[in-house]
Amino acid sequence: MKLKKKIPLIDQGDKLGFWGGKFGGNFVPETLKKPIEDLEIQFNKLKNNKNFIKERDKYFKNWIGTPTRFIKLKNLTKHVGGAQIWSKVVSDANGGAHKIYNATVHCLLAKRSGKKVIIGDTGAGYAGKMLSMAAKKFGLKCKIFMGAKDIARQQPNVKAMKKNGADIIPVYSGSQTLVDAVSECMRYWVANCDTTAMCVGSTVGPAIFVRICGWSTSQISRELKVQLMDEFGDIPKKLKLYNCVGGGSSSFGFWNEFMDYDKKQVEFIGVEAGGPANSKKHAAPLTYGSKIGILHGAAQYVNQNSDGQIEETESISAGLDYPGISPLHCFLKDTKRARYTAASDEEALKAYQIVTKYENLRPSLEPSHAFSVAIKEAKKLSKNTIVIINSCGDAYKDRGILEKKLGKKYVKSN
Amino acid sequence: MLNPISLTFKNLKKEKRPALITYTVAGDSSKKQSLEILKAISNYADILEVGVPHNTPVADGGQIQTSAYRAIKNGIKMNHIFKIVSDFKKSKNSKPIIFMGYYNMIFQYGENNFLKKCKKSGVNGLIVVDLPWPENKNFSKKCKKNSINFIQLLSPTTSNKRLKSITKDSHDMIYYISMLSTTGGKLKVSPKKILANYNKIKKISPKKNCVIGFGITEKTISNFKNADGLVVGSQICKEITRSLNNRQNPVINVSNIVSKLRKKIS
Repeated sequence: MKLKKKIPLIDQGDKLGFWGGKFGGNFVPETLKKPIEDLEIQFNKLKNNKNFIKERDKYFKNWIGTPTRFIKLKNLTKHVGGAQIWSKVVSDANGGAHKIYNATVHCLLAKRSGKKVIIGDTGAGYAGKMLSMAAKKFGLKCKIFMGAKDIARQQPNVKAMKKNGADIIPVYSGSQTLVDAVSECMRYWVANCDTTAMCVGSTVGPAIFVRICGWSTSQISRELKVQLMDEFGDIPKKLKLYNCVGGGSSSFGFWNEFMDYDKKQVEFIGVEAGGPANSKKHAAPLTYGSKIGILHGAAQYVNQNSDGQIEETESISAGLDYPGISPLHCFLKDTKRARYTAASDEEALKAYQIVTKYENLRPSLEPSHAFSVAIKEAKKLSKNTIVIINSCGDAYKDRGILEKKLGKKYVKSN
Repeated sequence: MLNPISLTFKNLKKEKRPALITYTVAGDSSKKQSLEILKAISNYADILEVGVPHNTPVADGGQIQTSAYRAIKNGIKMNHIFKIVSDFKKSKNSKPIIFMGYYNMIFQYGENNFLKKCKKSGVNGLIVVDLPWPENKNFSKKCKKNSINFIQLLSPTTSNKRLKSITKDSHDMIYYISMLSTTGGKLKVSPKKILANYNKIKKISPKKNCVIGFGITEKTISNFKNADGLVVGSQICKEITRSLNNRQNPVINVSNIVSKLRKKIS
């Protein structure tokens, strides 16, 4: 299994949509074959169409507010005392997280195909919030599927979705989290695919959704490359890119433009959710060696029992609380282009405390996982190593959890 | 020798009625009870679909999900399901069995092992909801080698070109999904329209036995008497849930429903 150079990773799948011959694919009911094929034809045409790209960039710039900041965390660097620590503050994007890129592109596609309704899944609520924002912007009706447990723990985003006029459909089946929300959303699409467009909230699902999402979030690394050139005059000789990984959309987007660099120069480190320290449950299929299985239409490493039932996950961060992982990351793991590890709930909380103590930055619980590992490793690295953490979400949505776990002083009032 | 599924269709053509195909979930609400239900309904049904419960079913509606979650919660495992089938096949009134499920269960068991076990326990056919054509080409060939009928699915969104390719690659039985819906949805398309699509399939592929499923209940079944076969699932699962909630015996209640269904098409 090998990565190809000079071909975007999203286009390295085979005819049936498998990366490396075994990750991804289209394990879908017959009814969805046609709408998926339609979307493939549309996307393959548009992704190289100058007018479409111009339109995308216009909304990215004027509405999402690209580029997001690239900043040095001077105090944190001093405190840690090792590599230079920087952050790409993707939470600057309109809505407060990277999910806006994929949501915008899906709405643009839906509008072009004449669909009036768009549906989507959400875990932390960001994918849902952004889809509801984009749907409102582009005049589409919006339905968001969300696990009942996540609705309870991510209220700020739920309120935002409602404000944007989206219908929120609570999902009570199974573990009542993201995995069930995605299943329910796909089921709704099976029944309504003639009138409705579906947006999968991460680089997961049938191959076309993996590709569209990866294409959209790659905006992050496109910007970063320019910002690195501006700051250092070149791509640094020792660059390490840390990103949390749930489904894998922000990390893929953060890394994509650097794919062809030697990993000795640009290393990718994916941090999965290890769950509570005292629990066997986790959301880290790559770190803990889960077997390949089929989930939501794609073959991937996934937490499951020996029979093939998908196992429940546990994580403090709703956005990482998913038993599977993008086929793109499975491919990057097996080709050894990226390295994957996990941080526990407690480690993420600790990292959040450290970052907010030293910097004017409030990463949500998801990127706090990445900060945890980056801080630990940066200590041992030389001063000329550039460590960058993608701060892909803002902690505003986590205020309830943070207040409960850390006390009131960690929650600001905005 | 004809596959037992094909033989069933052949015999029913003489009776001039469609095959009645039931769907129940293995292990719902317990291993023992699901076996009893199979035995009881096979007095009236012609082919029995046995649902292999999975906990992320992307094509099943509420009724079947409830049955599947109940079975999983009660500890059903793949090997128990094979045992239910082989026990059922020992009963005097046994009928052909079709497994219906999701590919991950087969993938984890290993395709070859799974088929060997199917053959040994008496499974006659397979419906794999999330293994569409052409992804299923290899597996379908393996099924054929093991004399197991791999049942291709067709839906209202299947293009004509695709329809021709799929029916060409299909075995004796094909399954037409009546409408855009998960299982258990209300019939939102007129029977006339469904039958027009059904006839289109029969015209392209007259020798294959084509059954219609999704939205078929006691209320709607008599509209489709001319089809080769009709599948009823969600209504049966719903009856099991209702019986359990009312502390009644699901075996008797389900058996009554299947008996009524049979009368409607006889």
